[in-house]
Amino acid sequence: MAEVKKVKGWRDVAIGGLVEPGTSEQYNTGSWRTYRPVWHADRCIHCLQCWAFCPDSSIVVKDEKFSGFDYYHCKGCGLCAKMCPVKGEKAITMILETEAAKAEKK
Amino acid sequence: MALNLKKLSHKPEMLAPGHRACSGCTAPFMIRLALKMVEDDEKLVTSIATGCMEVVTTIYPFSAWKCSNIHCAFENSAATLSGAEAAYRVLAKRGKVKEKFKFLAMGGDGGTYDIGFQSLSGAMERGHEMLYICYDNEGYMNTGIQRSSATPKGAETNTSFAGTAKPGKEQHRKDLTACLVAHDIPYVAQASVHNIRDLGDKIYKGLHCGGPAFINVLAPCHRGWRIGVDQGVEYARLAVEANFWPLFEVEKGLYKINYKPKTQLPITDWLKGQGRFKHLFNDKNKHIIDELQAEADKKWKQLLRREAESLEDAKAAAPAQA
Amino acid sequence: MSTTAVSKGAGSKFTPHEIMGLSGNEAAAEALKQVNPDVAAVFPITPQTELMHKFAEYVANGAVDTELINVESEHSAMSATVGASAAGARAVTATSANGLALMWEIVAIASSLRLPIVMPVVNRAISGPLNIHCDHSDTMGCRDLGWIQLYSEDSQEAYDNMIQAFRIAEDKSVMLPVMVTFDGFIISHTMERVEIIADDGVVRKFVGEYKPENYLLNAQHPVTYGPLDLPDWLFEHKRQEVQGFLNAPEVIKKVGREYGQITGRSYDLLENYRMDDAELAVVALGSTAGTAKAAIDELRDEGVKAGLVKIRCFRPFPGKELCATLGRCKAVSVMDRSFSFGLEGGPVFNEIRGAAYGAGLKVPMVSHIYGIGGRDINVTQIRGIFEGLKKLASGGRIETVENYVGLRE
Ligand SMILES: Cc1ncc(C[n+]2csc(CCOP(=O)(O)OP(=O)(O)O)c2C)c(N)n1
Ligand code: SF4
Ligand code: SF4
Repeated sequence: MAEVKKVKGWRDVAIGGLVEPGTSEQYNTGSWRTYRPVWHADRCIHCLQCWAFCPDSSIVVKDEKFSGFDYYHCKGCGLCAKMCPVKGEKAITMILETEAAKAEKK
Repeated sequence: MALNLKKLSHKPEMLAPGHRACSGCTAPFMIRLALKMVEDDEKLVTSIATGCMEVVTTIYPFSAWKCSNIHCAFENSAATLSGAEAAYRVLAKRGKVKEKFKFLAMGGDGGTYDIGFQSLSGAMERGHEMLYICYDNEGYMNTGIQRSSATPKGAETNTSFAGTAKPGKEQHRKDLTACLVAHDIPYVAQASVHNIRDLGDKIYKGLHCGGPAFINVLAPCHRGWRIGVDQGVEYARLAVEANFWPLFEVEKGLYKINYKPKTQLPITDWLKGQGRFKHLFNDKNKHIIDELQAEADKKWKQLLRREAESLEDAKAAAPAQA
Repeated sequence: MSTTAVSKGAGSKFTPHEIMGLSGNEAAAEALKQVNPDVAAVFPITPQTELMHKFAEYVANGAVDTELINVESEHSAMSATVGASAAGARAVTATSANGLALMWEIVAIASSLRLPIVMPVVNRAISGPLNIHCDHSDTMGCRDLGWIQLYSEDSQEAYDNMIQAFRIAEDKSVMLPVMVTFDGFIISHTMERVEIIADDGVVRKFVGEYKPENYLLNAQHPVTYGPLDLPDWLFEHKRQEVQGFLNAPEVIKKVGREYGQITGRSYDLLENYRMDDAELAVVALGSTAGTAKAAIDELRDEGVKAGLVKIRCFRPFPGKELCATLGRCKAVSVMDRSFSFGLEGGPVFNEIRGAAYGAGLKVPMVSHIYGIGGRDINVTQIRGIFEGLKKLASGGRIETVENYVGLRE
């Protein structure tokens, strides 16, 4: 994937405004988050509902199993937590970013 | 093909993250799913109408599309893709393109029900082998939430305010799916983002029916509907449970209802909690709720009748048993 | 169509020709047949309709294997052409007046996506009131939408321009769509003697195989066409479009010369007719150039030093070349077949006067607007224009800048 730089002059960009595929990956939408999804391994049944409903392709799946969040892109919408079918306390819960940051500092 | 998420997780992700859709928008995961509904040896060319999904996925110099995508204008997603599909046929015939390609056009309800209606109708009539998916969020969301012909009666938008003189949008929604059924194309369906198994199957069928296909997908916009960021999927489900948005398909003219609620929810279960319908819950506007209920009931009965007729037709067309 | 199959004698340095009686529409369709484009989107509108009929007939009879898209409007015609071209196909469509107006939005998108589409436009007055006859309000109205515009004087030029248009559009240093225009009815429906390149293979070799660089059907390298281009980028992309126009004149001239080497008919941006020592000149485009030539021949016989500059290529605008010839004259009239409402003088006039100012020309220059909605223009009327120029050349004052020819007062 071509690295996109924002400083190119008119001579250096592809004509017609063509764009390379998948380049949005370089854009950080993780900074939009006010809530952060957190995963609870013990409760997860790896049904992949969260993965299917994530609008931002931010649930990482490896070998058909939940394996983490892509926090560079996750916008913290909470759909993954909402769609988690686990009864009782869900395998994904949402916490405030500010709380998460505090916890990280400790 | 029954959708299996575990199997599906092996398919490459064709809509990259980093697009700028609102947090919690339901359309992007619908598109993610759609782009996976091709076989491994099939490539996709997509087109998209001006509107939220186009704008958020292609802000220069970034693109979320990993397959080819073209945005031309607001009203011509279907016409533009019909040109690409024609190009494919001739270039394949002339040996210049060797791979198998599938064609997927998309547009919001504004770009589909309204300004793009003619272009869609033309492309379907001409028989291009392509699937058109309308992600119906019941309004022109990208320009700041205006009414479209898909907006339900009574809904408040920025061009159909609920004021002292007017109670929100004054007309019932247009039944676009029925309009497309009238085109007698091989495959027409209505689906919802909350039921991805049904949705995935339909998209697969639409892409592989050998002709033009159309799927109308209810894809709530939490901004326009004024619901919680994480409630889009839930409100899509409620619309289906209330028979406001039945899930059905019409294959070669024969109707099949894909989901029948065990007990139909009252329309108010769907309306309440949506900010755009808040004003309906006072005595002055209560009649609109009754009208919405009556419309949903009428349409549902119509659909049941059509399904029953289709069963008869299918029986009559089947060869006699020896 | 009547055909007299005469090949130029063996030993001619030019490729063999067939001489045919063709209308402009038939001539353009013949060129398209010989090129055999990948995709053609068609929709009827007078006076372009017969072009499309003829081409559809070629498709039906297998003379071409072009994919024909019978769209439901011109808006979709241009949209489908854009889709086909972006997909990697050589794509064409054709239209007139209201059809062009309906596709306006996409006409601009086609050029901004740098798609080398070729589109014959049979000139007709833009409504309203409704009129189906020739003037240039349609193509002049979209002079700033980023298309190269080649105007044709007769059916022969319509044919020749069509073939050259593909080479010009697809040149990697240009990559801009080309409109080939010819006057509705006057050219489109008048049968004329046209020399057709006898061997389709020669045409196809001249035009070459279309090799797109970035295209939707490239399985190895998918691409996104038509992004949201915000204030931080659109300027740069538009400047690139300008570069296509800056590169185009040399390409147009080169292609015109090479075409001449094959056919004996070379093309430039302008055609100067009896301009070497001309003191009085008119500037015209389209079929009127032919009428002007007849008037000039008469005037020359009478000893008047009259001449014509015919603009073949209106976009890119050959300002420098025009000034180089017109600068030697004593008075000039620019003939416009359309208005530029709210501006004194027609569009061609104003562009030439602008270029003349830049070049420091002091030649008195007037605008003559004529032929609106298909109103006839004849030799006598053009002689009348020269009468006025005579007065200007001998020190007369310009009384009105915008003058009308053939208007009932
Ligand atoms: C010809 C034209 N008219 C109007 C617009 C402005 N416009 C851009 S997007 C849009 C609304 C899109 O609504 P919809 O198709 O429902 O998609 P959504 O934004 O809801 O996803 C409008 C009106 C335009 N781009 N082009
Ligand atoms: S919070 Fe939203 S964006 Fe983040 S992983 Fe969950 S579904 Fe995806
Ligand atoms: S406004 Fe609505 S449809 Fe548009 S991106 Fe946001 S949530 Fe999605």
